[in-house]
This record gives sequence, C-alpha cells and structure tokens, in this order.
Amino acid sequence: MSLWRYANPAEFMRISGPVLPALWAAAALCLVTGLGWGLLFTPDDYQQGSTVKILFIHVPAALMAINAWLMMLAASLIWFVRRHHVSALAARAAAPVGATMTLIALATGAIWGEPMWGTWWAWDPRLTSFFILFLFYVGYIGLWSAVDEPDTAADLTAVLCLVGSVFALLSRYAVLFWSQGLHQGASLSLDRASHVDTVFYRPLLLSIAGFFLLFLALVLTRTRTEIRLRRIRALQTIEARP
Amino acid sequence: MIPDLGKYAGTVLGAYGITLVLLAAIIAASWRRSARARRDLKRLEASRRQPNA
Repeated sequence: MSLWRYANPAEFMRISGPVLPALWAAAALCLVTGLGWGLLFTPDDYQQGSTVKILFIHVPAALMAINAWLMMLAASLIWFVRRHHVSALAARAAAPVGATMTLIALATGAIWGEPMWGTWWAWDPRLTSFFILFLFYVGYIGLWSAVDEPDTAADLTAVLCLVGSVFALLSRYAVLFWSQGLHQGASLSLDRASHVDTVFYRPLLLSIAGFFLLFLALVLTRTRTEIRLRRIRALQTIEARP
Repeated sequence: MIPDLGKYAGTVLGAYGITLVLLAAIIAASWRRSARARRDLKRLEASRRQPNA
C-alpha cells in the first residue's frame, strides 16, 4: 500500500474525517493534564521561583513553532517533486498554526524574560532568529493570499519556505552557533543529565504531547477546509463557463 | 485551586492567559472557517444536483 494514496484529496478526506474527533480529544486531554500538572502540582525553582511554570507553555510552543515550519518544508518539497495538491494545501494550512505557536513562544519568552533577565527583549541570537521566523510566517501567509493562481502561489510559497528554513534551523541551533546571548540551552536532551529536573520533565513531556496533538488536529482540520475551498472554486469555475 | 505563585503570580498567570487566548483564537478561527466551507460546498453541490430547483 503506497503512502501517496493519501495525497488524493478524496482519500485524504475519507481517512482524516474519522480520525479528527479522537485527535481533538487526545489533544485536549494531554493539554489539560500537562498544563494543569505543570501549573498546579510542580514546585517553584530555587532560582526562578514560580516563573519556572512558564516552561510548560514556552518550550512546547517554541518546539512546535520550529517543527511546524519543518513540516511545511517537507510538504513544500513534496509539492515541488510530485505536484500533489494536498501537500501544498497542508503547508498553507499549517502556516497560521505555526505563526500562532511562534507568537506564543515570543510572548511567553518576553514575559518570562522581564523578571529573570531584567528585560522584555534582547537581540540575542535565538530571540532574533525566532522573531525573523515569525516574520517569515507572516510573509508566507501574505504571499498565499496575494497570488490568485493557486499553483503559482504554491510554487512561490514553497520557495519562500525553503529560504525560511534557514531561520527555523537557526532558531533551534542558535545557542550552539553563538555562545553569547541571554537564552539558555535546550531544556530537553537525550542526555538525561543536561535536561530539566525530573519533577518538571514529565509534565513538560505531557504538555509537548498536547501541543503536538493540537497542532496535528488543527492542521488536519484546516487542510480539509482548504480542500473544500479548492473544490468550491473548481465548481464555481465550471458554473461560470458559458 | 490556584497555587501560591508569590510575587510572580501576575507574570505566570499572564503568560498562561495569553497562551490560552491565542490558542482559543486559532481554534475558533479554524472551526468557523471549516464550518463555512462545509456549508458552502454542500449548498453548491446540492444546487448542481438540482439545476432547475
């Protein structure tokens, strides 16, 4: 059975429809449990006090901001190579969700930074690359809306996505490339000694799962909407013919 | 139920509040757009099945 059969819009709609309610329910369950656990049942940090609880929203949002762009990159490459419309529409559907995640990461980072660093914002490598990533999201969404012909819009936005991937990766690895800056290293690591304490680790994993499932549910819902809108445009074009 | 967040209560609750507002906004916008597209497509397909209606 080929994976590419899901690139058929009718097949995509048939498969994704029944999956969606379970996906929304799982996302809600993980988010409520993870964020509730993190906010209500974890201790304060000895240095950061109760602000450490911002970890449970800031880190998952930042992770999804980068991963959403990487998902859009994969979808754009599939569009370039195989010209599957569902992949182009999935990339378009993911952009507002990724932009929202980036905005959450920037906003919660600024709120967290003010008491810990003494400033809302600094032109630190990671913060700056994240801000540029947000501008790329806005530009990507704007470009889709600005071009009338859908295939041309998909081509142009796919090119923009390739360029923006540099900043998505920079956002992830900026702290490794440049040692200066206020932002600390990664909170999660395969090396258990270097990631956050166990008491924060489990609720953090649950929150990340919740944000990931929410992203999936939103992208599937929005992709289905894009497929319907494409069908509406096709029907209207047929009806408009003399 | 709200834990004692000490002097950073406003900071922590503000961060959670902004997050919930932004997530609620993207969820509501996605559902609203989805419902409108489903309704419009259904209406269009129904009118094509009954051209004289």
